[in-house]
Amino acid sequence: MARLTGRRLLAAVPVLALVTLGMFAVAAASPFDPVRRYVGDASSASQETLDALRANLSPDGTFVEQWWSWLGSVFGGDLGQSLSLRQPVSQVIAERVGWSLLLCGVAFVASVLLGTALGVLAARRPGGWLDRVVSSLSYTLQAAPPFWLALLAIWLFALQLDVLPAGGLTEPGSDTVTFGGLVSHLALPAAVLTISQLPWFVLYVRQGVSDALHEDPVRGARARGINERTVLTGHALRSGLLPVLTLVGTRIPELITGALLVETVFSWPGIASATVRAATSTDFPLLAALTALSALAVLAGNLLADLLYGLADPRVDHNEM
Amino acid sequence: MTVRRRYGGGVVATAVAAVVATAGCSAPSDDDGDGGGGGGGQDSVVIGIANEPETLSPLLGYGKDGNSKIFDGLLRHDDELGLEPALATELPEISEDGLTYRYTLREGVAFSDGEPFTSADVVFTYEAILDEGTNNPAKGELDAIESVVADGELGVVFTLEYPYAPFAERTVLPIASAAAVGDQDVNTGAYNTEPVGTGPYVLTDWSPGERISLTANADYWGGEPEVKRVTMAVIPDDDVRATRLRSGDLDAAVLPPNLAEGFADEGGMITVNAESADFRAVTLPSDNPVAGDQAVRQALDLAVNRELMVESILLDAGHPAYNAIPTASPWFAEGTEREFDPEEAGRILDEAGWTLDGGDTRARDGERAAFTLWYPAGDRLRQEHALAYASDAKDIGIDITVESGSWEIIEGRLAEDAVLSGGGDPADPDFQLYTLLYSELAGNGYNNMAHYRNPAVDEQLDAGRRSGDQAEREAAYEAVQRELAEDPGYTFLTHIDHVYVMADAWDGVTTQVEPHDHGLGHGPWWNVEEWRVRS
Repeated sequence: MARLTGRRLLAAVPVLALVTLGMFAVAAASPFDPVRRYVGDASSASQETLDALRANLSPDGTFVEQWWSWLGSVFGGDLGQSLSLRQPVSQVIAERVGWSLLLCGVAFVASVLLGTALGVLAARRPGGWLDRVVSSLSYTLQAAPPFWLALLAIWLFALQLDVLPAGGLTEPGSDTVTFGGLVSHLALPAAVLTISQLPWFVLYVRQGVSDALHEDPVRGARARGINERTVLTGHALRSGLLPVLTLVGTRIPELITGALLVETVFSWPGIASATVRAATSTDFPLLAALTALSALAVLAGNLLADLLYGLADPRVDHNEM
Repeated sequence: MTVRRRYGGGVVATAVAAVVATAGCSAPSDDDGDGGGGGGGQDSVVIGIANEPETLSPLLGYGKDGNSKIFDGLLRHDDELGLEPALATELPEISEDGLTYRYTLREGVAFSDGEPFTSADVVFTYEAILDEGTNNPAKGELDAIESVVADGELGVVFTLEYPYAPFAERTVLPIASAAAVGDQDVNTGAYNTEPVGTGPYVLTDWSPGERISLTANADYWGGEPEVKRVTMAVIPDDDVRATRLRSGDLDAAVLPPNLAEGFADEGGMITVNAESADFRAVTLPSDNPVAGDQAVRQALDLAVNRELMVESILLDAGHPAYNAIPTASPWFAEGTEREFDPEEAGRILDEAGWTLDGGDTRARDGERAAFTLWYPAGDRLRQEHALAYASDAKDIGIDITVESGSWEIIEGRLAEDAVLSGGGDPADPDFQLYTLLYSELAGNGYNNMAHYRNPAVDEQLDAGRRSGDQAEREAAYEAVQRELAEDPGYTFLTHIDHVYVMADAWDGVTTQVEPHDHGLGHGPWWNVEEWRVRS
């Protein structure tokens, strides 16, 4: 297990290097002008001012050279300056990463637990009414984009029923984050993110468990008269849930892209909404750091999935992965 | 991470599930007791704005036109846009040659961190902005300054490179605290998000993308404001802003006219229309063989139905525009209004040789009367103006292709193609007209995007900015406007009213004539520190 972790960490280095290099290449090729974004709508900016700003703000050299000097300062502990937020990048990330982890963590745990429960329930009676309701709902939700769900949730809970706030972290007139306030503000974005992840888990679990229920060992167990509950928990779940562990890892990138939209719609002050802002204002120092961060999250997700898989299935040897 | 650990894991998942499940039956508990939109007085206000500033540091351009609640300038504007002293004790003493401006500062003023305010802070602020390394996009507005020096604790003297009559208008610029900035990097330091000023309000919290919270400054030299808390909630989407205003989350918001209309019958709410100098105009690039032709320019000027644009695009929240100066401004040259007259426009084109030969589009010497008009993608108001303009032009035989793109794309084509531009600064005619029309500024950054060149206009613009005599200045700007009516390098279409809807809970709510920029410093809350809570 330690060896697997170690090898993955080593492999992460070239992956991160390539991803960030790619990001700098794309940035260099993009038609957007960071100076134009920095100036915004200030129509009075003279050519002289623009030239001075360009000299101050634009990095020198080709994108490979820019990337190299960026790498150098990152290893020196300096992530650079965010152009759009006029703050050091490290400060932007430090102020926001906790809120994103909270949102994503809650949504992820909820969707894994809820998805597994619903999937198992549906798998017990394939074709039954519960299965049909759960499966068709899952297919429908799978097709629904998270931002659309988010707007729908705001419309229903914040505007029509007026029971939950439409966005932000606290009431508009208050600065202090209280537990109750946080829970009520977290409810909608977390629920939307959960629901957008849910179908994958439900459908995977349903398929895995119902396949397992038709495997020989399960049939044998049933034939020996072992009761249905023991068959399900003791035999079918163990092999039926294995694919879910892989899914846990592979859903991480989806979780991040889902959070991008959900955080933006709900004005959640997390890292994902900063990413959207960095992208729309061509804030490359911030974007580079966030790209590296999300690549790290994906790698960590995959590692987690493999580790879990090895722990759950004795046939899998970590040293062979 | 600490956050996640404290509330993390399954407990929160269960809690969230429980909240979601019981959402339907729990009572709304959002009110903090002040109520919202109910019509009663309240000492806090939550304002919905569309855009937030990138920085709260005046050194990088925040509040440069005055009205920043955290800061004061040497001078400030009253509701008629007249200048009155703020951190200075009176209007500046101006030397005979117009080159020296002397300010005397108010005694006993302190920054919100308790440090005394002195002339050193004024000198620091202006020098920091003018410093080459400072990334302030508006620093060009202070071009005229040659030096700024302290004269004792309470005196500041500006020396100008050339006589610049509207210079005093520039000194509404907020004064930063030299001590609080210390040795920070002005481009990236903490001062950008944790400003310290002398203003009526103190920043208590800024959560970028979400909200800016201000609390009344109890030690404000002008007296403690009655409205104790001002919160700016950042909500880019117009519809969300409108619905959150309706639900009572917000007490006030800037809204587009069509959404503001829905609040007309709402009890306890008032709609405030602020007149503005915010214009929409089509640039007619001088180097384009069609748009650069004087006859075509005059014809287009007569062929656009401005009244109809105001009525149908702005829902009457605006006024026809004939140049950058609003018709209601005392600087506007009476008699330069142009009636909608497509027939006269056709006659002008015929006379100039632009003739219709059977087809729908005119031509002269094989040159089709056609050009491209851009608008920045995503700006619906400009899109509607552009389409209306093209349709009016089509009626007189000029074929305008409307296209949209990002500014990066548009910028490269300004010399050839037209663009639906916007802008407006009501403080002084020089601020807008000089940058729009001065020949030397053709194609210079975002100045003079039409590449307008007219020596007679240049001469008057110079006279207008250099003369210290009010009558001479008025004559100069009147001459500019008359010349512009003869040779319009832009087709000015409308001046847009800025529309706000707010709870009717305070006395003293007024508006100023607003610049292009609005919502944060400009809006009915421009003087929130002077509002009285209605009992």
